[in-house]
Amino acid sequence: MSETLAASGPIDPSKRTWLIASGCAGAVGGIAAAVPFVSSFQPSERAKAAGAAVEADISALQPGEKMTVEWRGKPVWIVRRTPEQLAALPQHNDQLADPLSQRKPTEQAPEYARKDEARSIKPEYLVVVGICTHLGCSPSDKFKTGPQPSLPDDWAGGFFCPCHGSTFDLAGRVFKNKPAPDNLEVPPHMYLSDTKLLIGDDKKA
Amino acid sequence: MATFHEISPNASAGAKTLNWIDNRFPLSKLFKEHMSEYYAPKNFNIWYIFGSLSLLVLVIQIVTGIFLVMHYKPDAALAFGSVEYIMRDVPWGWLIRYMHSTGASAFFVVVYLHMFRGLMYGSYRKPRELIWLFGCGIFLALMAEAFMGYLLPWGQMSYWGAQVIVNLFSAIPFIGPDLALLIRGDFVVGDATLNRFFSFHVIAVPLVLLGLVVAHIIALHEIGSNNPDGIEIKATKDANGIPLDGIPFHPYYSVHDVFAVSMFLFVFSAIVFFAPEMGGYFLEYNNFIPANPFQTPLHIAPVWYFTPFYTLLRAVTSEMMYVLIGCVLVGAVLAVAKIKMPSLFKAVIAGGALVVVAMMLAIDAKFWGVVAMGGGVVILFFLPWLDNSPVKSIRYRPTWHKVLYGAFVINFFIIGYLGTQPVSVIAGRISQFGTLFYFGFFLLMPWWSRLGTFKQVPSRVNFTAH
Repeated sequence: MSETLAASGPIDPSKRTWLIASGCAGAVGGIAAAVPFVSSFQPSERAKAAGAAVEADISALQPGEKMTVEWRGKPVWIVRRTPEQLAALPQHNDQLADPLSQRKPTEQAPEYARKDEARSIKPEYLVVVGICTHLGCSPSDKFKTGPQPSLPDDWAGGFFCPCHGSTFDLAGRVFKNKPAPDNLEVPPHMYLSDTKLLIGDDKKA
Repeated sequence: MATFHEISPNASAGAKTLNWIDNRFPLSKLFKEHMSEYYAPKNFNIWYIFGSLSLLVLVIQIVTGIFLVMHYKPDAALAFGSVEYIMRDVPWGWLIRYMHSTGASAFFVVVYLHMFRGLMYGSYRKPRELIWLFGCGIFLALMAEAFMGYLLPWGQMSYWGAQVIVNLFSAIPFIGPDLALLIRGDFVVGDATLNRFFSFHVIAVPLVLLGLVVAHIIALHEIGSNNPDGIEIKATKDANGIPLDGIPFHPYYSVHDVFAVSMFLFVFSAIVFFAPEMGGYFLEYNNFIPANPFQTPLHIAPVWYFTPFYTLLRAVTSEMMYVLIGCVLVGAVLAVAKIKMPSLFKAVIAGGALVVVAMMLAIDAKFWGVVAMGGGVVILFFLPWLDNSPVKSIRYRPTWHKVLYGAFVINFFIIGYLGTQPVSVIAGRISQFGTLFYFGFFLLMPWWSRLGTFKQVPSRVNFTAH
């Protein structure tokens, strides 16, 4: 290569400068052309619209029951907790990784769901996204208390993730030494009336 | 540029046609270079058929894939039904689909054996490093291809497997959550994800794969094959410049490979016809249930060919992190104390180790699990530079090297098996030990591969005529 260059006469530096400059300009153009393609990987407007808030009618929900609504394609659980279940929440704080919702606070719950152990606006109703914070499986209900397979003997009711064994209590708080690092996410939500919940938005008054 | 070659007017029609083509396209030249005058060592053993076989499986996958795309619908609402339609209503559709699904597993079987052959005979050693790197690229592309293809039937395992693996990316600090969003194209695995995985599976990754296969073969034919003795046959040539221990690929190895192909097709057909699910290993039972985003199956495991790497992922728990931090510290102390190098390098190593330890303490074990899984594949790329043994082939290495290779294979099977099983305390401990052994095997290779008494390598290959 260098021999042929030498044989073809002296190097013209200005030609070389322009070649480098146009090469750089071409590279910039190439990168600019890649932007629309990479952007097309983002969620489409339709997918974002599907992320709009959904209403849930909780009038038929009995104490100790759970209902699931779909928000952004994810299951959102609404659990109506019994007074006993609520009373049990502060008692196992020492077994939890983050009992007071202090880790990554803004990501795991809006401010109104971080004020106490119940993690909810009205203590009776728990609203959480039913997706494990480990790798996104959907935990199963384990509301029955007491000893049972793959759960501790003093189990006070909660959720169990079948994928990698993480456990959560009835406020969606994760137990210590489990693969899941964080508590279940509380979506932004608000009460439209005593029996109507809006999930996905809390700004409209 | 070749000069135009005139042929005698009395030549046969065939010769005239070939001459006409050769003046316009290097057909005879290519055939000679890659087949009839490509000299391969004459001492190939059974381990040398898996390269040809993986090419065969690639062709099977492409052909069956083309036909499957004619009936499949990449739509979250229709995908599962269209696969069942192929299985039940499309004439012979079940056969094409089972060939494709069995082909995926067969691909990994032959590629794992092909790679192990390279490991045994030092086929990645100088000057064949690029052949090995292209090969590792093929392995990586193959993993991407298999992973994205597995989402397409839109069964429960497809869905939740993809959900778990895509969520792995969200463990990367800072960019992770946005990256996972870009991969999925939605807030959860959904129609958008299925559509783009379909696009990657049927066109993008296969194009990369084919390019890498061509590069792999061009690099191989430039340098020539290694052999079970790890001897360069080009070092001993006859008066015509032909390696004394080489034989033309065609007809010797082309015929030899046709035999291997028929043997392979015996086994392949037996599986396609009699055990296409392979007891839940090739096609998982949960995948016969349509994807349900609200319910995770009770037990999630990847398909068998990913399980060794999945075990590496699961082995990294917060307790394991302390062991790994210990390994980093011991490694850094040994490097600083034992290796002769300028004190600046030593300071860089010590500082780097401290930064890594700080990061290991600061970032979730989940992320380091992802690093371990990725590292388990990426470390293969470095093999040419990790192996410092004075001989290439295992035949001339100390006996305990063979034992170590055997232990590596057994360990690979064990972590592969554990990856299919639910987590338990004892299995967790074994997989952590297996993970340390897996990485130790490679990371300590620069040292152990030099130890022991090596046998004298002969100048000509071992070969008995048969």
